[in-house]
Amino acid sequence: MDLIVALILAALQIFAVLALAPLLVGFTRKVKARTLRRTGPPIVQPYRDLLKLLRKEAIVAENASWLFRAAPYMIFAATWVAAALVPTFAAGLPFGGMADMIAIIALLGSARFFLALAGMDIGTSFGGIGSSREMLFASLAEPAMIMIVFTVALIAGSTQLSSVASVMQGDVGLRVSLGLAAAALVIVAIAENARIPVDNPATHLELTMVHEAMVLEYSGRHLAMLELAAGVKLLLYLSLIACIFVPWGLAPPGSGPAAYALGAVLYLGKLLSGAFLLVLFETSIAKMRVFRVPQFLGAALMLGLLGTLLLFVSRSF
Amino acid sequence: MQVAIALWGVAVLLGTGVAATLLQGSRLATGLTYGASLFACLAMLGASCQYLLAAAASTQGMQLPLGLPWTGTHFRLDALAAFFLLVVNLGGASTSLFALGHGRHETAPGRVLPFYPLFLAGMNLVVLADDAFGFLLAWEFMSVTSWALVLAHHRDPSNRRAGYIYILMASFGTLALLLAFGLLAGAAGSYTFADMRGANSPLSALVLILALLGAGSKAGLVPLHVWLPLAHPAAPSHVSALMSGVMTKVAVYGFIRIAFELNGPPTWWWSVLLIVLAAITCVLGVLSALMQHDLKRLLAYHTVENIGIIFLGLGLCLAFSSHGLPGPAALALTAALFHVFNHCLFKTLLFLGSGAVLGATGERDMEHLGGLIHRMPLTAFTFLTGCMAISALPPLNGFVSEWLTFQAILLSPALPSWALKLIIPAAGALLALSAALAAACFVKAFGVTFLGRPRSDAAERAKEAEPLTLAAMFVLALLCLLAGVLPGLCIDVLAPVVESLTGARMPQQSTLAYLSIVPVAASRSSYNGLMIFLSIAIAALVTIEVIHRFASRAIRRGPAWDCGFPLTSPGSQYTADSFAQPIRRVFGSVIFQAREHVEMPLPGEQRPARLTVILRDLLWEVIYAPLAGGIALIADRLNRLQFLTIRQYLSLVFIALIGLLLVVSIWT
Repeated sequence: MDLIVALILAALQIFAVLALAPLLVGFTRKVKARTLRRTGPPIVQPYRDLLKLLRKEAIVAENASWLFRAAPYMIFAATWVAAALVPTFAAGLPFGGMADMIAIIALLGSARFFLALAGMDIGTSFGGIGSSREMLFASLAEPAMIMIVFTVALIAGSTQLSSVASVMQGDVGLRVSLGLAAAALVIVAIAENARIPVDNPATHLELTMVHEAMVLEYSGRHLAMLELAAGVKLLLYLSLIACIFVPWGLAPPGSGPAAYALGAVLYLGKLLSGAFLLVLFETSIAKMRVFRVPQFLGAALMLGLLGTLLLFVSRSF
Repeated sequence: MQVAIALWGVAVLLGTGVAATLLQGSRLATGLTYGASLFACLAMLGASCQYLLAAAASTQGMQLPLGLPWTGTHFRLDALAAFFLLVVNLGGASTSLFALGHGRHETAPGRVLPFYPLFLAGMNLVVLADDAFGFLLAWEFMSVTSWALVLAHHRDPSNRRAGYIYILMASFGTLALLLAFGLLAGAAGSYTFADMRGANSPLSALVLILALLGAGSKAGLVPLHVWLPLAHPAAPSHVSALMSGVMTKVAVYGFIRIAFELNGPPTWWWSVLLIVLAAITCVLGVLSALMQHDLKRLLAYHTVENIGIIFLGLGLCLAFSSHGLPGPAALALTAALFHVFNHCLFKTLLFLGSGAVLGATGERDMEHLGGLIHRMPLTAFTFLTGCMAISALPPLNGFVSEWLTFQAILLSPALPSWALKLIIPAAGALLALSAALAAACFVKAFGVTFLGRPRSDAAERAKEAEPLTLAAMFVLALLCLLAGVLPGLCIDVLAPVVESLTGARMPQQSTLAYLSIVPVAASRSSYNGLMIFLSIAIAALVTIEVIHRFASRAIRRGPAWDCGFPLTSPGSQYTADSFAQPIRRVFGSVIFQAREHVEMPLPGEQRPARLTVILRDLLWEVIYAPLAGGIALIADRLNRLQFLTIRQYLSLVFIALIGLLLVVSIWT
């Protein structure tokens, strides 16, 4: 019986991340529009966009290979699997043991690998520029992320997110290393989700785009998959931050329905407030030049490394 | 008895080498040589698998009346040797299969066929040898035969230079190993490994350094790697695959055998040396690889990076075992050995892929390739698998070994030494950095070679490789996937090897539920490659099915969009160099002193604009160039000694004799 409940909850989480992702995107767009004193599209607009894109025929360049057509599904599947592994409203769900934090990052790395390849498939200059810059950013963001994982894992004694969450719920206290890790994680999350100041999700100004340049040739259902994957990735990072740094409300395994409901409500609250803060940050800062980004991400790497070093020196930092 | 099978296999390989020399020029030579090599490798592969899988197999020794008259030659098969025998022959079998199909592209078969089986035999003998004499003989045999293969296309001056530097470095490495064995043998002077195991050399630190120089120069550890990116690409592709995928592993074997087994208990600072060198090797290797536009040279530089990852695992193992922590040491060693296996699989695969591309287009410069995924779809698929595996992407195998290395790093705060506490996190950061850069490197390698539009006529007219060639690559790609989704089985196979060297082993993995792997405890970390693979596959297939059924499956082909201005010239694409430009600018401006020089014509001038990129190899300039200059200078000065009178020679001999006698009298 417990197993059936757990499986239902796991299925709920798997589909919840998918269902909530466009809502999150819609919410960020709405908040952004409001902070810019615009009305903005309704919050459900991303759902409508996705449905419309899905129903349209896909236009594919003449010399596109099978990789170009397969990549959106691979990217979507890898991102979805990664997002489903991050605890959202409940900890210790089945399948959680499938991958730890390092594996989740690496899964996102797989998705990015295919995205960068898809950008190079048609042989256009924009695709190449996007892929090249994306891999540059990734080459700093990924090690930064690993260092953050190290910091968190050294405190929690585990790289498993469920265990991390339960340790963090306990008496961890305010720690320097955790603060450094949190700052680094925010920087990485901004870069990985192609937000301002690293990249601009709304631009089609040629020389400033990175993520948009890679997906420039996509249309129809392929584009829908990529947009959805981008939404799921944003949700993943917010869930990750929530799960590590504000894990309160995560229902432990075997708790009653009230705890799960509370967890779900709190999770929604965490998501929306995370998105709200992200937008506030985004609207208050200007986009960086491309070659400033490595310094920005390098700072994240150094913060993460510093956090890890402090913990190697003493467990009490 | 597996050791006998292995020695018979070596005998077949040696015989094949002789036969290939006799069959020179015959049309059957290619098929016979590679067929016999394949057969011998498969037999030895079977023997090593049987040995590893047999529960609690005992070591098997054998003595042949060859070599030194009073010792003979000893051979021995233990778990470590069996594992490396497996690696060598897995690589050997796949390259032989590849060459069966691909051999007709060889322009100088007479320079390849005799040496190829001899090279394989040499590598097998290194692994099987159980005395210093046999080991060094086999080691040198391996070096010389591979040198001959590097010079197969000797008309190209760059290959001649590669061969020259290679033979110099190989001789230096053998010299270092010779001295290491001399120290290990000690005053008693017994050259069998069995005697060395018992005797604790008082100069064990020196032995370690010599082993590091000897094996490290063969493996490609920075700063001894200079020959590797020159020599590996110069050889025919299947030999490059062997040199990169297998011979570097034989070097790792040599290091493990000396440093972990013969040399007695480790001291903690050895691990500091190893970890620092390994971390530098990782980053420098992958950054150098990123700067290349020659596909084979890129792969060769990338071997340097992977050797760094392996040595990082070995260094961690030494750190743990010198502080009496056998459990974490077993984890680190398992990670290193698993990476040895994985790197053998994917580097062999990638070099074979580059060989297929070279055969189909005659090009290994990526700037002249492109769009091959359309004309060589199967090669492209296997190459892509290899790229994913080497970039440490789940669910393939490269990720698992790096993941295990990270897990070992996470256990290292338990170490009491302060130097290690500071160095290991930094090494972890460099490992993570090199893993991320590896992904960039292979996006570049695959993207420029196989995607986009063809950049030359040769790339446009390329044909898919032969069936046997493809079969070899598919087998390797499949093994990459299997090792990635069933890592628990591989870890269990490695357990006896690890146990024999560290005295501990990782927990039994194959009995865990759903084939997960759990290095320490389930609450600490776990990974399940099979489930990840299945969930991605199911998620992707279900999504495709749902979308195609309920939404739309219509597709229309049209011209590329490219923001409204698609340029027709393939030259408008991103090239290998332009892809790496941002990374060159961020990382290369210090490490390679990268400078860009733009030559802009004035308005109205007819000449084209020119962009020159200058990269400097600082290691070469700082270490090798002064060294070579110094040696040349000394040689010039000593040249005078060739023109002395007989009186002067006699007095020199006399002085030398007196000097030696003095040394002896003071020594004792």
